[in-house]
Amino acid sequence: MPLNRRQIAWRAAQDLADGAYVNLGIGLPTLVSDFIPADREIVLHSENGVLGVGPAPGGNEVDWDLINAGKQPITLVTGGSFVHHTDSFVMIRGGHLDLALLGAFEVSEKGDLANWTTDDPGFPPGVGGAMDLAVGAKEIRVLIEHTTKAGTPRIRRHCGYPLTAASVVRRIYTDLAVIDVTAEGLVVRELVEDIDFPTLQAKTEASLRPASDMKVLSAPAV
Amino acid sequence: MIDKRVRSLAEAVAGIPDGAIVLCGGFGSAGLPDALCEAVIEQGARDLTIVANNAGTGRTGLAALLAAGRVKRIICSFPRSAGSVVFEELYAQGRIELELVPQGTMSERMRCAAAGLGGFYSPVSVGTRLAQGKEHREIDGRLYVLEKPLKGDVALLAAHRGDRWGNLTYRKSARNFNPTMAMAASLSIAQVRQVVELGEVDPEMVVTPGIFVDRVVEVAI
Repeated sequence: MPLNRRQIAWRAAQDLADGAYVNLGIGLPTLVSDFIPADREIVLHSENGVLGVGPAPGGNEVDWDLINAGKQPITLVTGGSFVHHTDSFVMIRGGHLDLALLGAFEVSEKGDLANWTTDDPGFPPGVGGAMDLAVGAKEIRVLIEHTTKAGTPRIRRHCGYPLTAASVVRRIYTDLAVIDVTAEGLVVRELVEDIDFPTLQAKTEASLRPASDMKVLSAPAV
Repeated sequence: MIDKRVRSLAEAVAGIPDGAIVLCGGFGSAGLPDALCEAVIEQGARDLTIVANNAGTGRTGLAALLAAGRVKRIICSFPRSAGSVVFEELYAQGRIELELVPQGTMSERMRCAAAGLGGFYSPVSVGTRLAQGKEHREIDGRLYVLEKPLKGDVALLAAHRGDRWGNLTYRKSARNFNPTMAMAASLSIAQVRQVVELGEVDPEMVVTPGIFVDRVVEVAI
């Protein structure tokens, strides 16, 4: 069974290292905050100047002075801090974040990332902090649905949409697979049950190869 | 005696000229100087260039200034967000120019202006459309683009507390762009939720020292 969006987020959360400073992009990656493993301290950074993002507030705890990059209300964990924008981007651009988990329209086999505009004239473009994060965090991983709703592959030989940054993505979590971007091309580390490798390849424009120890991708019902 | 307090919003925004570059604090609606934006409508300045992370939401605050037709150009990282209806209408009708800037680049360009620097080389946007036409330079094996300082004629700010010297504190993530913008404009105007006596703010807690602020107006929320 393909994973649902929350299960993709759950799977990405399992790889977070204890003590890591991590930025979660808007959209699908934001869901990762619901699945931080209880045995690890992970410090979540939000580009608008929050270090130590906590879980979503209960209804009467909502404080509109405390929001995340998606403008949703959040809480602050004990030990958290606030900085102004320039310092927040010192953290981002200066390589102080261990990891950024980002959404994408497309990823190429070289790890090129396209996530800021589709050039739809009816849809003004917005770049936000995407380019800063893509270039600045020590590692970039992407969470996406494997294909668009129309079935078009999002993992491509070359990105068709304008790039956010070239050769930055190291790992891709999808509803079907966990894929690493390596010097030798895309390597499938995990694949969901009941989909065989040729079927996965057919849903992917770039060439894939299975890892020698490829595992089953599964997630609890979340 | 120094007293930067003004008694009304009209006094706070007096003298903003037509064609001014106006830095506008805030991220979404957090830290957005909405009362000052609306006061500029009454004040009358037009052909403004606004520098703001977002292009306003709903029909109040920054969105109201846009809707009043006073803004010819917006320099912005993320104009489209939930409820950015006014910007989207103007953009679709070709009635507003958009310069899209990566968020950290926007912030650092203003800091650069504040610090009296001529620009900086950034790795952000290299290899993308947003780097086209910019000077590129390789430094220690990495490619960078030249980004120039971005100075405001005016900064509109929202802070939590302020005193008569213009010292400001902020609350939670409503700090965002406000401290950098305060430093980067010739005339910096802050709306604060509470004006306090000089000395009431612990000097260790002052985020924007009064040297960067020209006018303070209390707008209780």
